[in-house]
Amino acid sequence: MRWNRLTNVLPAVLLVAALLGAWELYVDLGGVEPTLLPAPHAIASSLWENSDLLLKNFVITAKEVLLGLGLALLSGFAMAVAIHLWRPVRRAVYPPAVGSQAVPIAVISPLLVFWWGFGIFPKLIVIALICFFPVVVTTVDGLTAVDRDQHKLLRTLDASRWQAFRFAELPAALPAALSGARIAVAVGVIAAFIAESQTATIGPYGGLGREIVSDESALQDPRAWAAATVLCLFAIACFYTLTLAEHKLAPWTNRPIGDQP
Amino acid sequence: MAHRKRFPGADPLNLWGNARGGSGSHVALGIRSNGSRSEQRRADGSFSADPPAAHAYTHARARAAAAVSVDAVSRTYSTLPDARRTRAARSTQSIPALADVSLRAAPGELLAVVGPSGCGKTTLLELICGLQAPDAGSVTSEPAALMPQRDLLLPWLSAIDNASLALRIAHQPRAQARARAAALFAELGLAGFEDARPHELSGGMRQRVAFLRTLLADKPVLCLDEPFGALDAITRAEMQGWLARALAREPRTVVLVTHDVEEAVLLADRVIVMCARPGRVLAELDVALPRPRARTDAQVLALRERALVALGMESAP
Repeated sequence: MRWNRLTNVLPAVLLVAALLGAWELYVDLGGVEPTLLPAPHAIASSLWENSDLLLKNFVITAKEVLLGLGLALLSGFAMAVAIHLWRPVRRAVYPPAVGSQAVPIAVISPLLVFWWGFGIFPKLIVIALICFFPVVVTTVDGLTAVDRDQHKLLRTLDASRWQAFRFAELPAALPAALSGARIAVAVGVIAAFIAESQTATIGPYGGLGREIVSDESALQDPRAWAAATVLCLFAIACFYTLTLAEHKLAPWTNRPIGDQP
Repeated sequence: MAHRKRFPGADPLNLWGNARGGSGSHVALGIRSNGSRSEQRRADGSFSADPPAAHAYTHARARAAAAVSVDAVSRTYSTLPDARRTRAARSTQSIPALADVSLRAAPGELLAVVGPSGCGKTTLLELICGLQAPDAGSVTSEPAALMPQRDLLLPWLSAIDNASLALRIAHQPRAQARARAAALFAELGLAGFEDARPHELSGGMRQRVAFLRTLLADKPVLCLDEPFGALDAITRAEMQGWLARALAREPRTVVLVTHDVEEAVLLADRVIVMCARPGRVLAELDVALPRPRARTDAQVLALRERALVALGMESAP
């Protein structure tokens, strides 16, 4: 069991170590200006020195990501159900939903700030806007995956349309929705960066995204990279938390084979 | 008796049971039961109302001798899902599934329908269950529950929750529904597997759970669509014995569709032999033999021979 767990983690550790080693060598041997690309050891020491600042900003960003994702999951799931159950909604909503993914946030962020000010809310909207789409697509697919014979069977058991939804379609869509959420969470962190850099914030701490933007312009590259590292680790943590949640919420999807995440 | 929960009106969005995306011209799912014990589906897809007048009532009584009655039914599928097909495709292809098929099952009778694939067996069951309407002729049946060819157990429900699904649909509390299924679980050799998920069960066990689910729908008629078709020969023989015992305990009217002549003769009171494309009744055999029947019994073998001759698979002696 323990050995198993080690072999699960080992490949990722080895890969990251190899990449970091190559990176370190590349910078140390003068392949690139350290102001353009700081060496991993410089980033690590910056991470250590600025841990207080980074932590404060991380808390802000983490809150944005989690709330924004929550909003994206709720709205995405609700939209998927509406699309599935009402064909006019499907026809009306799908094209604009796809189109919304192509709207550059920079275009709408002044409007969001105009409406909702400098607080957290416009950032949540940006994150939700970027993240809801994978949830919609996977959930609609999950709802539609229940086959016709299953519906026929439920009908002969006198199930109503609602009961067919509740007993068959909704549970079938749950793992699909969680897959969508896993895609969304990976995008969610970069969405938070975009949200923070595109909408203004008042106060000393604006989250890791704002931190990166101001460090970049102040030539504080190691610190910007340290902030980016924190974002990466957070995305990984979120992804695996969701995977774990899927195992708990939809245990019928874990067949006793394989160790896929 | 059976709590009949009706479907809300015609499904205006064509979602319910019907293929999405506009196909489905061939399955008339707009049919609704009128809630009477015996219901008649006409070719136009409408139902006759509850007997409103005395003469209609007598008529219903006269027919009540049969739990299932299929009269001169024809059903043709068109391969044309909608007008979006090209003009060339639009003019083509209608596939007759059933042509002038008549059969009856008396209450408590086990009627087997045998025939090659493509003889409209599944269509016949769906007509009896009210999932389709005939193009011509009429289908009268007491409320019927379907056991489909594939078990279609819900993977997220345990075996016992799958078996008691109909009771949950009839708004019984979960504990009560499970308790009722649990009693039958023990009787049918599934004790200890109540909380197993479908993928943890063997093929034979899954079929038994699926059968229990059909049984617990509390309908007087059971439509079994090749219930053991996917099982290996040994499990299949076991399951046939098991089905006979289960029906002895819980008598129902059964329409058993199978492609296995031997299975039909072993289990049924009467065997309908059908041919394919279009599905037609070729012969009707009475199996007036005592139960339990042995595969090797001379009379069983003789009947099997007669059915095979009717199917043209064996030359007449």
